[in-house]
Amino acid sequence: MDQPPSEGERRERSEAGAPVGRRIVLSMLGLGAVGVVAGDQIQATLEEVLRPVTENDPTGLTSLAPTAGRFRIYTVVNPMPERSETDYRLTVDGMVDTPLTLSLADLRDRPPTELVRDFQCVTGWRVPEVHWTGVLLRDLLDEAGVASGATHLRLWSFDGAYTESLTLEQARRDDVMAAYEMLDGPVSREHGGPVRLYVAPMYGYKSLKWLERIEVVDDLTPGYWEMRGYDIDAWVGDSNGRDDDPI
Amino acid sequence: MTPSEPLTADPADPTLPTLGAESGDPAPASGVARILRFTRAERALHWATAVLVLTCAATGMILYVGELSALVGRREVLKTIHVYAGLALPVPLLLAYAGRWRAAVRRDVRSLARWSPADTTWLRSFGRRAADQVGKFNAGQKANAAFVAGLIPVMLATGSIMRWFEPFPLPWRTGATFVHDWTAIATWVVVTGHILVALSKPASLRAMVTGRMSRRWAQRHHPRWAEEASPG
Repeated sequence: MDQPPSEGERRERSEAGAPVGRRIVLSMLGLGAVGVVAGDQIQATLEEVLRPVTENDPTGLTSLAPTAGRFRIYTVVNPMPERSETDYRLTVDGMVDTPLTLSLADLRDRPPTELVRDFQCVTGWRVPEVHWTGVLLRDLLDEAGVASGATHLRLWSFDGAYTESLTLEQARRDDVMAAYEMLDGPVSREHGGPVRLYVAPMYGYKSLKWLERIEVVDDLTPGYWEMRGYDIDAWVGDSNGRDDDPI
Repeated sequence: MTPSEPLTADPADPTLPTLGAESGDPAPASGVARILRFTRAERALHWATAVLVLTCAATGMILYVGELSALVGRREVLKTIHVYAGLALPVPLLLAYAGRWRAAVRRDVRSLARWSPADTTWLRSFGRRAADQVGKFNAGQKANAAFVAGLIPVMLATGSIMRWFEPFPLPWRTGATFVHDWTAIATWVVVTGHILVALSKPASLRAMVTGRMSRRWAQRHHPRWAEEASPG
């Protein structure tokens, strides 16, 4: 501009002012769009960088950050169910030769299987390299003796609401267990203790918490979230609209 | 409402109260000069948005913080409340622009959106300098309004991708969760700050409740607006 603005012009412009409000809104929209498209990568990088910090943070506050690779506790009922280790019983029944009722001690007496595998939620968070100990479902099914004609399992939680389903073939895999230890200790109440299911190759909602009953059946009844639209076969990386690398 | 009362105010009848046209109301007889700061439509916009944001923030926090999720449970109910409160977020703003009361809303949105150099000075000095230049809104109020205006579409879009993920490219669900989480944390900080400032400035808070502000407060904190504002 060659000429200095007149007094009137200057006043008018300063009253109008710069459209900072619009800039803030547009910046937020732009950042948001970048975050949606690239957030997958950004999050993975941040998690890698921040893991030493979150693992050594005595306050636990950094674990609240959305990047911390931490478990998020989901429960569909209130209050969260509670059962002591001595009161706990696991039933295996339905189409079996010998129904089983096992205490926690009974489970611990059986040959343990250990796994170190990721826990991946269908909503996008993943906890890397979780240490699991438990009894393979296959071993329990063999002990009870599956009757011919059976095709599926119906799994029941003692929260009174949550259920899950597996095909017998899926349940017989060597990475599907009734787990009584995770994260280097007994399965805590919030993680579904004393005993929970762990279905390593599938998203977390298949790994039913507070496992109470394994019912052998000859038909499919979709589980809790499956009745609400989630895939019944929840293979990590190959279901629920996702194709991320399988663990 | 009795059957004799009209369902809608007749704009031709000056005796009927109309939304957003309160400047014609008689001044209170208390003796303190009070000026109209917010019309009824503007206050309704503010408080309806406030209720929705707080509902989303409370339910969102319970869904997000594991200890609270474990304490409260009832995930399906919380999710439903959170989603519907979120979907309703832009509704008050749309309604505020939908009627005759929009003139005052539009005027205030315009003065919230424009920043003078004095606003920058004011903000950088935490309100100590350029206080004599402040108009109807100070730079803190402008920043808060802009943040909320950006927050609503960002949360609506990312929340929708999280909830109805099927049609979207696959990693977007993780990306949307990532943006939704961080924006939620920023919202908690900004909203907490907004409430603390409001509680520390009762006259401003009262203006958002009653619509009116004493002329003395306006002259001290919003001098350039007090010059032009007409008595309430």
